[in-house]
Amino acid sequence: MKLLNHTTKYFALLLIVLISVWAVIFYFAMIDEVYDSLDDGLENQKQLIIRAVNDNPSLLQDAEFGVNNYTIKKTRVTTNAKFIDSYRDTLMYMQNEDEYEPIRMLESTFLQDGNYYKIKLITSMVEEDDQIENLFTYLVGLYLVLILSIVVLNNLVMKKVWKPFYTLIDRLKGFRIEKDDPIKSEQTAIDEFNLLNQSVERLTEKSRDSYVAQKEFIENAAHELQTPLAIAINKLELLLEKNELSGLQSQEVGGVLDNLTRLTRLNKSLLLLSKIDNRQYLEEEQVDFNRLIENVAADFLDFATHREIHLNVISNATVNYTMNTDLAVIMITNLIKNAIVHGNEGKKVTITIDTDQISINNFGQEKAIDGNSLFTRFKKVSTDSRSTGLGLAISKAIADKYQLQLKYAFTQQHNFMIIFPPSR
Amino acid sequence: MKILIIEDEPQMMENMRHTLEREQYMVETAADFATASTKIGVYEYDCILLDITLPDGNGLALLKQLKEQGKDDGVIIVSAKDSLDDRIKGLNLGADDYLPKPFHMAELHARVKAIVRRRTFDGNKLIEIGNVTIDPESRNVYIDKKEIALNRKEYDVLLYMISNKTRLVTKTALAEHVWGDHIDQADSFDFIYSQIKNLRKKLSDAMASIEIEAVYGVGYKLQVK
Repeated sequence: MKLLNHTTKYFALLLIVLISVWAVIFYFAMIDEVYDSLDDGLENQKQLIIRAVNDNPSLLQDAEFGVNNYTIKKTRVTTNAKFIDSYRDTLMYMQNEDEYEPIRMLESTFLQDGNYYKIKLITSMVEEDDQIENLFTYLVGLYLVLILSIVVLNNLVMKKVWKPFYTLIDRLKGFRIEKDDPIKSEQTAIDEFNLLNQSVERLTEKSRDSYVAQKEFIENAAHELQTPLAIAINKLELLLEKNELSGLQSQEVGGVLDNLTRLTRLNKSLLLLSKIDNRQYLEEEQVDFNRLIENVAADFLDFATHREIHLNVISNATVNYTMNTDLAVIMITNLIKNAIVHGNEGKKVTITIDTDQISINNFGQEKAIDGNSLFTRFKKVSTDSRSTGLGLAISKAIADKYQLQLKYAFTQQHNFMIIFPPSR
Repeated sequence: MKILIIEDEPQMMENMRHTLEREQYMVETAADFATASTKIGVYEYDCILLDITLPDGNGLALLKQLKEQGKDDGVIIVSAKDSLDDRIKGLNLGADDYLPKPFHMAELHARVKAIVRRRTFDGNKLIEIGNVTIDPESRNVYIDKKEIALNRKEYDVLLYMISNKTRLVTKTALAEHVWGDHIDQADSFDFIYSQIKNLRKKLSDAMASIEIEAVYGVGYKLQVK
């Protein structure tokens, strides 16, 4: 839920409670006022009638509500000491409405010529249910108008006020540490937003700096390792050549050399990865994947034969894509090599080239590999100590760099797919 | 055969000098840009091993100097940077080859031999060793004038071993040379072993006067009988 709607929701709830409570109080206050006013009117009328009776005793005969809105009856009581004026609500049949309607009635007594008379005065009253209905309708109206104004206010005013906030969120959403510069925001009139912008700016700047520093560190470290590695490897090679070592000693030195060579490969892979990440491969050209795959497959032919694997290239379409040629070769080489190395002996490795995807299939162990960690750096599926665990990570990094999707699936065969973007 | 090594790292230079001198080359060295520039100006070399990151200048400038002076010394750029940029720049400036550090001594010999061969046997490019003749252009191999059929990898192995004849070539050096940069699997050793086995059989079947012998399981050596 959006922030604006969220506040509106609370306003709406609060208003329901407020308006309901207010409606009850208002209703009672109003009804009270109405009664007060009616009762005053009745009282006044009573006075008028008593005075009129004084002048015209025939009025004492009005025992029924007829044209008059009062009745007078003689009582047997001799004192009105205990009698208090009473107001009450009752119903009376109304001609015009053809039904019983509520009326207000005043009962009182008065002394006339030594006799006590009881007088009843009536007046028509507001219809409470109508009144409540009206009140309810108007209040619902008021409520809707209020909510509407809040929504409109939010959308016009608040949206304008919160604009820097939404701009910032949009930028953060699109922020990629490997691509973008730190987020820079304009000054706003609101202190909190300025503070937020500054904090985000500092944070992204710091992240970006440490990201760049880390990348540079890896690259520099890898570079600096090259020369000592070269010296060590060459010295051992010269030592071996001198022919002064026994067989066992030679093998020991050979073992050290193997490990140094592994270290070199690892180092080269790291350098390659950081070069890809650092976008150092800028030269791009149309790469003819059909020809490239034929060449790589030809390079691997001897090795595949050695592993008794039949390497099969099926070209259903011509695929060209703009990228760096060397990286394209590395990406394809790693994938095909992976398929041959992990493929079962005596089985097929099939490379299929379609219009928008290239898939490389091999038979291997009969269960899927965890697709999530497969392309992770240093994730080794096999226990092979000579594998750097970077081959697939490099292919993935290259694919990512050129907006290609590299996917893995398992359906009887292990299947690696390079999917080209639809608009090329 | 004169070779100049331009390299500022003393141990690196010493290793290269040591191994090249065993091949009976006349080896001279320069540890900085100024010395190198003087030597290039005065002498002619068959092959120059050029480290392009020097303390007092960029090695690429030495390539320009060679070009300006109209010299055609063979140049192999030796660099720890292995950057595509430098490779392309270097080759455009007239370098013959680019060898990224770290490299195997056997690889260095193979590259130097290739340069020297290109420069020396201008007309006749055939390589002869014992009764074996190799035509690098057509990649054909003859034993006693009779052609034998080798697959691509076997041919690469043989040529590499010949470039390093009578020297120990480690398994990794051989695997990397034949396999290229992207070797990182245990299978490659196994693969190289089977290639060598086939190659040996083909050589001995054709009564070649060279043979490839295994050395303590560390590597191989090509001997002339």
